[in-house]
Amino acid sequence: MKPEALLHPTPAGLFCPIGRFHVDPVRPVERALITHGHSDHARSGHGRVLATRQTLDIMRIRYGEDFCESEQAAEFGELLDVDGVTVSFHPAGHVLGSAQIRIEKDGLRIVVSGDYKRGVDPTCAPFVPVACDVFITEATFGLPVFHHPNPREEIAKLLTSLKQFPDRSHLVGAYALGKAQRVIRLIRDCGYDEPIFIHGALARLCDYYESQGVALGDIRPATIEKKDPGAFKGAVVVGPPSAFQDRWARRFNEPLIAFASGWMMVRQRAKQGGVELPLVISDHCDWPELLETIGEVRPSEVWVTHGREEALVRWCELKQIPARPLHLVGYEDEGD
Amino acid sequence: MKSFSTLLDRLVLTPSRNGKLKLLADYFRDTPDPDRGYGLAALAGALDLKSVKPAMLRELVLERMDPVLFQYSYDYVGDLAETIALVWDGSAKDDTNDAEEPRLSEVVTRMNALGRNEVRSAVRDLLDHLDPSGRFAFLKLVTGSLRIGVSARLAKQALSDMSGHGDEQKPAHSRDVTEIETLWHGLEAPYEPLFAWLEGRGERPVLATPAIFHSVMLANPVEDGDLAKLDPADYAAEWKWDGIRIQMSSYGGTRKLYSRSGDDITGAFPDIVEAIDFEGVIDGELLVGGTLRSNSPTRSFSDLQQRLNRKTVTAKMTDDYPAFVRAYDLLFQGDQDVRAKGFLERRERLSGIIESAPHDRFDLSDLVPFSDWDELDRLRIAPPDPVIEGVMIKRRDSVYQAGRLKGPWFKWKRDPYNIDAVMLYAQRGHGKRSSYYSDFTFGVWTETPEGDQLVPVGKAYFGFTDAELEVLDKFVRDNTVERFGPVRAVRADKDFGFVLEVAFEGLQRSTRHKSGVAMRFPRIARLRQDKLPRDADRLSTLTAMLDAREA
Repeated sequence: MKPEALLHPTPAGLFCPIGRFHVDPVRPVERALITHGHSDHARSGHGRVLATRQTLDIMRIRYGEDFCESEQAAEFGELLDVDGVTVSFHPAGHVLGSAQIRIEKDGLRIVVSGDYKRGVDPTCAPFVPVACDVFITEATFGLPVFHHPNPREEIAKLLTSLKQFPDRSHLVGAYALGKAQRVIRLIRDCGYDEPIFIHGALARLCDYYESQGVALGDIRPATIEKKDPGAFKGAVVVGPPSAFQDRWARRFNEPLIAFASGWMMVRQRAKQGGVELPLVISDHCDWPELLETIGEVRPSEVWVTHGREEALVRWCELKQIPARPLHLVGYEDEGD
Repeated sequence: MKSFSTLLDRLVLTPSRNGKLKLLADYFRDTPDPDRGYGLAALAGALDLKSVKPAMLRELVLERMDPVLFQYSYDYVGDLAETIALVWDGSAKDDTNDAEEPRLSEVVTRMNALGRNEVRSAVRDLLDHLDPSGRFAFLKLVTGSLRIGVSARLAKQALSDMSGHGDEQKPAHSRDVTEIETLWHGLEAPYEPLFAWLEGRGERPVLATPAIFHSVMLANPVEDGDLAKLDPADYAAEWKWDGIRIQMSSYGGTRKLYSRSGDDITGAFPDIVEAIDFEGVIDGELLVGGTLRSNSPTRSFSDLQQRLNRKTVTAKMTDDYPAFVRAYDLLFQGDQDVRAKGFLERRERLSGIIESAPHDRFDLSDLVPFSDWDELDRLRIAPPDPVIEGVMIKRRDSVYQAGRLKGPWFKWKRDPYNIDAVMLYAQRGHGKRSSYYSDFTFGVWTETPEGDQLVPVGKAYFGFTDAELEVLDKFVRDNTVERFGPVRAVRADKDFGFVLEVAFEGLQRSTRHKSGVAMRFPRIARLRQDKLPRDADRLSTLTAMLDAREA
C-alpha cells in the first residue's frame, strides 16, 4: 500500500479514507483525532472526537460542554481500532495532553507528530520517538537560524530586569494554553516566589494545570477596583500578548513588555512587536531538534507540514531522505 | 563579551532614555576593566578595531553551510551579521561556556594584532567560541555597523550616573557630565584612569592632548514673566542664527571642530579647519553660505544639512555648500582661560581674533541694539534675515559657565508657525505609551485631478497632555478604516475627521515627501474638535510660506 492511500491531505486536513477519520481537521468533520488543545488544531463542532483525556478536558474548557457530539479518551500507548486501522497516541512534549498519533494498516506506519518539542518541560510528558515509515513533522522553526537557548537563561534575564527596574510592571506575553503555564513554572523553578498576576484569559487553564499536578505557586488575577498607578509596581504579570496593546494594559505602572516565544530569536521580530525584553522560550523544536528527531526516528519518508517546509525538505534532500511538503492550510504559524 | 552583548541586546529594544541610562550605568559599574572601557569606546563610536568585509564573513559561513539553506535564512532575517550569528552552530546546539567566552578586551587586542593573512582564521575561531548574542555583537563591531540608538552624550551621562554610586561606605563622589566631556577627547580606550576617577579611586586624569573639547554654556528659553524682572540695560542681544552650535579648538598645531555635545566633526569640515590661523577655543554657529563681511547671504538650514552627518566630504560639496563660522564667544585665548571674564570683555578679545582671521570663513556675530524688551520683541518677530530664528539675550557681565544656568543667557525664539491639519494615520507608542495610539501622521488639502485630497505633511508624537491623548486614542480606535501592522488609517473626509493644530519651527522643501515639504519640530499644539476637516489648511499655504522666504 502506498502511504497516500492510508493518509493524505485534504482541504479539511489530513484524512484517512480507510478509517474514515481526519487528524486535526480545520473544519467540522464526522470523526476527528486531535493531537493537542491549541485552537488551530482542536476546533469545536466535530461529530466524534478521539484525543487524550487532557486534550478533551482542555477542549471542554475552551469551547464548552457541547464541543462535540461524542468523545473518546485515548491512553498513551494504548492500541485502538478505528474501522480496521490501528491508532495509538504517544507523548509529544508540546503542551499538557499533547500527543503524536501513530496510524497503522497492514504493516505501514505513519506518525503524525502534531506540534512537538524535545526540550525539558515540567508541565507535560516528554516526547517519545516512535518508529515509523512516514514521519509527518511540523516545521514552525524549520530554519537554521532557530536555536532555542536554555529557557532558564531566558527567565534569568527577566529576573535581572526586575532588579534593574524595580518600579516597572513586567508584562510577560505568553499564549494562554501551555506557554503561560510553562513560563510561570519556570519562574518558580528559578526561585521567584512573589505572587504572579495573570490576565483573565489564563485563569481556567491555570486552574486546570494545577489540578493535573503542575504547581504554579501564588497566582492572582490582575484585576483592580479603581485606577491605581502604584498597583502591580515591580510585579510580574502574565497575559496573552494581544492584551498588552489593549486598554487593559493601562492599569500597569510604566509597563515593560516581555514576550516568551521562539520568534523572539530574531531581533527585528521583537522590535516590530514593541517588545522590550524578548524571552526565547518555545514549545516547538528548534532546527537542531528537528534534525535530531528525524535522525532518531529514521523514517523512510518525511512529510513536512506547517512552517518553513522548504528548508527542512532541502535538508532531507541533502541527506538523501525522501521528503515532501504537505502544504496544509489553517495552522497558525504565529502560535508560539 | 557576554556582558557587552547582553547590553547591546537590551539597548536595541529599550526605547526610553532613562531605561538606556540605567542599563548603561549598570554595565559600567558591573563590568571589570579593561572590558568596560572598550565597551564604552564602542558605544561612543571611538573604538579602533580592525574591520572585516561582509564578503569574507559570507565565505566563512558558506564553508560549513549549504548555500541554499543560508539563503533561506538570510531572506528570513534580513541582516547579514544577525543571520551569521544565528546559523553559525548549524545543526548543533550552542555549547559555549560563559566562563570560557573570550572577553571583549581579548577580542579587540587579538583582532588589532592580526596580520593580513591571519584575519580569516581568527574570525572563524572567535565565532566558534562566542554564543549567538556574542557573535552578533562581534560581527556588528568588525563590520562597523553598530546601530543601537545610543549617542556619545548618552554614554557620558551614564558614566556620570554610575560615578555617584560606587562604594556605599564612602560618600557619593558624583562627577558632572560636563566635566567628563571636557576630559573625553584627551583620553583613549580602555579609559582606566577615567573609571578610577569616576569611582573615587584615582586622581582626575591629566590630559596630554591639546585642543580638547570644553563643555558649552547653554541658554534657557524665555518664559512668561522672565524678562519683566530683568533690566534691559544689563543685557546684550544677538541674532539667533539657524545653524548648529560648534566649538573650534586649536592649540599647538592641532585644530579640531566639535559639536555641541563634544562629538569630533573635524573630518567633515576641512574648509573651516584649514582656515583656522589662531590658537584658542571659540564658540560659534556653523552655517553655510557667505560671511557677513563677504557680503553674500547666509543659507538655510536645509542647505547646511547637506554637510552634516558625514565622515568625509568631497570638493564639490565644499564648493556647493561652503561652510563658515559665525563666532560669538571666546573660552581660551591661546592657552589663557578667559571664561571667568565678562561676556563683553571676552567678545572684545574675540573681535580682535576674528578681524585678522580669513574673511570668507569667519565672522563675528552682530550685537542687536535695543533699549527695552518691547523693542527687542518687535525685532525678534520680524528679523532682517530668513535664516534668523530669534534672538539670544546675554548678561553683559556673564562669565562662561558650562551647563544651562537660569539667568545669564536666554534664547527668545521667533513664534512657531501654526497650521490646521487633519489626522490621517496613527501608530502605537512605546513603553508607557504602548497601549496608546500616540504617533500621528497628519495632512492638508491639495487639489488633484480627482478633486481635493489630503496629502501627508508631517508626523508628531508630542505636544498633547495625557487627557488629550485619551481623546486622540479613543478617536483612533473608534474610527479606524484600515490597518497596516502597528499603523491604523483613520476616517478623514471633508465632513468627518479630527483636526489638529500643528505648531512647527520651520519648513523645508523635500523630495522625499509626496507633499514636497518637510516640517521641523512639528508638535500637536491644540485639538481642534471645533473644526471640520474641510476647514483645515491647504498645501498651497505651506508652499506660499516657502516661496515668500525664498523671494
